[in-house]
Amino acid sequence: MTRQEIFKNLNLIFQDVFDDETIHVKESTTAADIEDWDSLTYVTLIITIEKHFHIKFDMKEVSGFANVGEMADAIERKI
Amino acid sequence: MNFPFDSDFILKKKKSLRKKLLSSSKEFFEKRIAVLGGSTTSEIVSILELFLLNHGIRPVFYESEYNRYWQDAMFENQELATFKPDIIFVHTSSRNIINWPSQQNSDDEVERMLEAQFDHFVSLWTNLKETYQCPIIQNNFERPNYRLLGNRDISDLRGKSNYVSRLNQKIYGFARNHGDFYIHDIDYLSAVYGLDKWHSSFYWYMYKYALNVNAIPEFAFNLANIIKAILGKNKKAFVLDLDNTLWGGVVGDDGVENLEIGPEMPMGQAYAEFQEYIKFHKDMGIILTICSKNDEQNALAGLQHPNSLLNPEDFTVIKANWNNKDENIYAIAEELNIGTDSLVFVDDNPAEREIVSVRMPSVATPDIGRIEEYISVLDHSGYFENVSLSAEDRKRSELYRQDVSRKQEQRCFGNYEEYLYSLSMQGSIEDFKPINMQRIVQLTNKSNQFNLTTKRYTESEMQQVATNPAYIRLCGQLRDKFGDNGIVSVVLGRIQEYALHIELWLMSCRVLKRDMELAMLDRLAEEAQAVGLDRLIGYYFPTAKNGMVRDFYRQLGFECINEDDSHNTIWSLNISNYVKKNKVIHLEMLT
Repeated sequence: MTRQEIFKNLNLIFQDVFDDETIHVKESTTAADIEDWDSLTYVTLIITIEKHFHIKFDMKEVSGFANVGEMADAIERKI
Repeated sequence: MNFPFDSDFILKKKKSLRKKLLSSSKEFFEKRIAVLGGSTTSEIVSILELFLLNHGIRPVFYESEYNRYWQDAMFENQELATFKPDIIFVHTSSRNIINWPSQQNSDDEVERMLEAQFDHFVSLWTNLKETYQCPIIQNNFERPNYRLLGNRDISDLRGKSNYVSRLNQKIYGFARNHGDFYIHDIDYLSAVYGLDKWHSSFYWYMYKYALNVNAIPEFAFNLANIIKAILGKNKKAFVLDLDNTLWGGVVGDDGVENLEIGPEMPMGQAYAEFQEYIKFHKDMGIILTICSKNDEQNALAGLQHPNSLLNPEDFTVIKANWNNKDENIYAIAEELNIGTDSLVFVDDNPAEREIVSVRMPSVATPDIGRIEEYISVLDHSGYFENVSLSAEDRKRSELYRQDVSRKQEQRCFGNYEEYLYSLSMQGSIEDFKPINMQRIVQLTNKSNQFNLTTKRYTESEMQQVATNPAYIRLCGQLRDKFGDNGIVSVVLGRIQEYALHIELWLMSCRVLKRDMELAMLDRLAEEAQAVGLDRLIGYYFPTAKNGMVRDFYRQLGFECINEDDSHNTIWSLNISNYVKKNKVIHLEMLT
């Protein structure tokens, strides 16, 4: 899967979880850019991403993502 | 949102699900629910809201700060007092047990620790009860996430597993002696979910959830079941199908003696255990009723089968006829004088469940799966969640309030024809082909109910008919959006002068009321016209089982031209100006 495809998938997941079709995530997107992104939706986001890509993040990774780009890095490493 | 539900989907789509539920035509009543947590509760609250909305309950929540359940309950709490909870849920888990026994403790010390831990909770519940005077729902304790002593952990007084089980027993004792106090059984839930998965520590260390976040839908569903039961939203009655639901086989076709019920065969055992499970509900005060497409005498004969644990007198209402099931269910609700939202419809046939669920969305129509799954599906669904008597009393007044405002059922299909269209039926009607002969013979010799002449054929007799130019033969197959029903109808007509004499007309009861008979008649008329015939002659020979087609030819527009002493009838239809009758089945092109 190319990085572009990963982002395409991530975008759909974000739209689902936040129930907002106007969302377009970029490498630099952070919680500050998305209105409803709090620690609660972050959990949902993580488990949805894990199921979608059939991967598991470890605790260190989950605590350390600075932006969506770093999430994509971790996904790229695992698939 | 009913069992079995898709947990992943609910977790992912909770926001859009919430919008959808809130915009439905359901009437909601508001309830104020305080959640006092010993661990994170936010996801629990948001998923619980969905299941409550599905029950017509619109919750307003109070959530304690993280792990402040004790402080919130024990000390003056202006915010909670102003909130005025209708129900308090105490969400604690084994993670909240403070004093665990260790190998150094004596038996007496362990006993004192247990008492102290129990007292901690008793004072909490007592204080909540005095201050807020509302029902309390309390989690019991799940098995711990490891067994230090291995298998001995459950029997040794110093084992955590033993400690938890004894603490639970004390809580159950409290529940037995105190009204309006309910146990939310997470010990059971975690076992069903799988204890290792339930305890996935990732969610504890990362977010301080005492359970796997993926298990929250199961958790919330179970909790919502208690809440709706406390608020009087339990179901009251079963509406049960008969053939392939309470026994294996079709009583009208196979005969009572051939039904699968009883100890001799695996299938029979499965149906017997299911009947027993249903019968236990009667002892709990659940009303049992029957809604079956059958002649009433056949239905009663089946229920009088010596191995049938359920007998006619177990049922308050028995509707065994050929009407649409939604009509019968309305009639049942009316006779019992309860709302259709109190009914659970149990039928193995997905098409019947579909029409009921669309026409009567308030009736529960669980997908019960295969016979070996029936009990498990119904048991997990929590329709009849049992709560104490005091709650039953409250429920009654709650119900009366809602009675007044209960809306007329919304029917999504304007009429039956629209429903039939929605099934996307595809038919094929053709001459007998060698590959179909075996099934044609089998269906011909097995069909008893929708069978006008009940004429039987051996395979070689049927082979002769198949090659005889004096016959018009039709073999009908039907597919719908639920699947392929295969060959469902057989018609045989013998050409004699200018008429076609219909020696055989039969159809599988599985496709009754689908207009398949109209499609067959259309094709029969067409084929007859093609060889220059101008009338169809039909015969009806009554038997003990084919009463349902007594007026079949009359309904198709035939004229009765003869009736003898044994009520054998002969019918005639002029086809020179025949107009096609089938509209809903799309027929494949002739090949």
